[in-house]
Amino acid sequence: MADILLLAAHPDLATSHVTRPLLEAARAASHGPGHLQTRDLYALYPDYAIDVAAEQQALEAARLVIWLHPLHWYGMPALMKLWVDEVLAFGWAYGPGGQALRGKDLWLLSSTGGAASSYSAEGHNEHPIESFLLPYTQTARLCGLRWLPPLLLHGAHRASEVELQQHVRGFVQQLGSYPQWCPRRPEPPRPEVPQDARPALFSSVEPL
Amino acid sequence: METGHTLHLPLIFMAAAVIAVPLARWLRLGSILGYLVAGVILGPSALGLVSDPSTILELAELGVVLMMFLVGLELEPKRLWAMRRAVFGWGSLQLLGSAALLMGLALLFQQPWRVSLVVSLGLAMSSTAVALAVLAERNLGRTTAGQSVLSVALLQDIAAIPVLALVPIVALSGAGHEEGASGWQALKAVGAMLVLGLGGRLALRPALRWIARSKTPEIFTAAALLVVLGAASLMHSVGLSAALGAFLAGVLLAESEYRRELETDLEPFKGLLLGLFFMAVGMGLDLAVLRQQPLLVLALLAALMVCKTLLLTAMAALMKMPMPERPVFVLLLAQGGEFGFVVFQLAQQANLIDADQNSALVAAVALSLACTPALLLLSDRLLTPKLGRKAVPGGAALEQPQQAPIIIAGFGRYGQIIGRMLYANGFEATVLDHDAEAVAALRRFGWSVYFGDATRLDLLRTAGAAQARILVLAVDDIAHSLEIAALARQHFPQLQVVARARNLQHYFRLRDLGVRLIERETLDSALMSARSVLELLGLEPHAARKLAWRFRQHTLEQLDLLFPLYKDEAALTAATRRGRQQLEELFAQEREQAALRRQRRGWEKPDGGSH
Repeated sequence: MADILLLAAHPDLATSHVTRPLLEAARAASHGPGHLQTRDLYALYPDYAIDVAAEQQALEAARLVIWLHPLHWYGMPALMKLWVDEVLAFGWAYGPGGQALRGKDLWLLSSTGGAASSYSAEGHNEHPIESFLLPYTQTARLCGLRWLPPLLLHGAHRASEVELQQHVRGFVQQLGSYPQWCPRRPEPPRPEVPQDARPALFSSVEPL
Repeated sequence: METGHTLHLPLIFMAAAVIAVPLARWLRLGSILGYLVAGVILGPSALGLVSDPSTILELAELGVVLMMFLVGLELEPKRLWAMRRAVFGWGSLQLLGSAALLMGLALLFQQPWRVSLVVSLGLAMSSTAVALAVLAERNLGRTTAGQSVLSVALLQDIAAIPVLALVPIVALSGAGHEEGASGWQALKAVGAMLVLGLGGRLALRPALRWIARSKTPEIFTAAALLVVLGAASLMHSVGLSAALGAFLAGVLLAESEYRRELETDLEPFKGLLLGLFFMAVGMGLDLAVLRQQPLLVLALLAALMVCKTLLLTAMAALMKMPMPERPVFVLLLAQGGEFGFVVFQLAQQANLIDADQNSALVAAVALSLACTPALLLLSDRLLTPKLGRKAVPGGAALEQPQQAPIIIAGFGRYGQIIGRMLYANGFEATVLDHDAEAVAALRRFGWSVYFGDATRLDLLRTAGAAQARILVLAVDDIAHSLEIAALARQHFPQLQVVARARNLQHYFRLRDLGVRLIERETLDSALMSARSVLELLGLEPHAARKLAWRFRQHTLEQLDLLFPLYKDEAALTAATRRGRQQLEELFAQEREQAALRRQRRGWEKPDGGSH
């Protein structure tokens, strides 16, 4: 089993500028069999029928979980969100008995259309990027995942070939030197989630 | 020496068949011509290795009997009943029409009317054996031409009794007491058919079931042979043709659960005996007659073929048969038939014709049998492409090598959907379909569809199978589909096959052939209907979709589990039952969990689910 798990989610990988080279680089850089596993969610589940058991199994084996996807409308692509809804289940990832992800690392690899400058009070997005990533960081906290500093490429569709290659090289380098660059801070206390506060929103099949 | 002698004949026959048939097939002449030629070479007029061909003919007629039984097996009573008009209408037209034409010709040449009548009837018959064997060899049994040939052949078998009864009457010319005898015979014939029908319905199936339960394969084979021979000899004993009896027995068992087993058990016997039959016919050809009166024989041959061809061509037009199928229909029925031999024999016994005339007639008929495979081949080369073009305007015959990366075999309801979707997205495909009318219609709508049978290797090659990437296997016929899949695997290993499975067995057999991308044709549309039902019952559309998808996944997993067992029926049934049970348990479990969740405090359904 792989101790690095990369989950890629791009609804149209064939026309992707950033996600595809990153995914290819990750595949090429996988250090021997079993070390890094890539799962292309849109290829695995073109019909949105996520195999929850298989996903959870892959997660359990990993030490580092990488999410690789473009930022669409200030959030993750639909299938990635469905993955979060279904795979990070109550009683497994969080809530009473939900210990499966505890202590693992979560690293976001993403790209935005807007330039870096647009993610500021003066820019047209009016808020810093961190504000938009709040659901990510809180999701990580709730599951006891350590949130690593995300690797972002802004203005992705305008990035030149050279900039892109630089970005990919930077990613490969960081991947290779993991976990040296990770912040060495103590794990923050997990928020307590009472059993009756968070119903299992999704199971693999809605009840009849 | 004794054993040496008994081994002698089978040795000759087997050797001849093993040499002649592959040779004939290699020359693309068809196995029947191979057998016939082998027979001529072995027979008294050439090498003389076999001295008494007529006794062998008697034994070999069993081949024809078995073949008729197998033809009957393919024909449920319902379909036979639906064919009654074709049998009695077109069949009678062929027999009486041909006889009338031939008789007219004979009378023109100043022949006595009695001789003319009997000989014409004998010549009007066609060889059921050759016709049906050719249809089977070319897989044409279910085409319009195939069905029409069968109809006419059936009527000829039925008509055999009155024709045989007629010979002595004509010979004696108006001796009154014969009438009563033939009336009595007809009564016996009807009685025998009733016995066979009722017996088949009431006794045959339970008996087979009882025998099958003994689990001794060779006893079941023996029982199968017994059924055929029993029915045949019952019919024979009342003066009907043995082949007709076997055919009726086959029809009676067409709906039984043992149909497939009977087929596989009898097939090898049929093949070998039929081959022997054709060899015996070849041996019967008296080459001496050809030397002594070549003109008479050739004139008879010409008269026989021309008259019948004229009538059959007109019939095909009247029947509105698809153009490309007409040559087969005409040629298969234009030949003479083995039944003619019997008629001429009888006529000679009744002193209507002399021995020389008899052998000339027999030679003419045998020659027509030998000509037929060659003529068919000729028509394939020359006529069919033209006719195909005539029916399918604009070059529908596939002649130029095609380059498209996708080949779609079968452009019926299934293939069309795939083809339309590909075209709509700008992908090129070469489309093959063997239904000439459908091809014509599709071409009118601007599709580049070619007329052709994708089970033919050369056609697949022309369609570009050697360099194409994908073969979409969407033909209706399961046997064809498997044949094409096997061809693709053997000759074009680079082709990725995307196949349509008509049913589970088909699915498994495709997988056996290494095909991986198989869809069961009804699964997804049925699941969509199931979703509609769930929605009507009040489920949310999305929940219905998920349930359907889950069911689908489970079904596919089940198929994977069943695949290794599919040849073992008992294990398959047990595993299927187990699978169904598992799915039910799974759903029940989920319903239970859902109920538990609903009971949980703090979550009321109306406002539930918000973080």
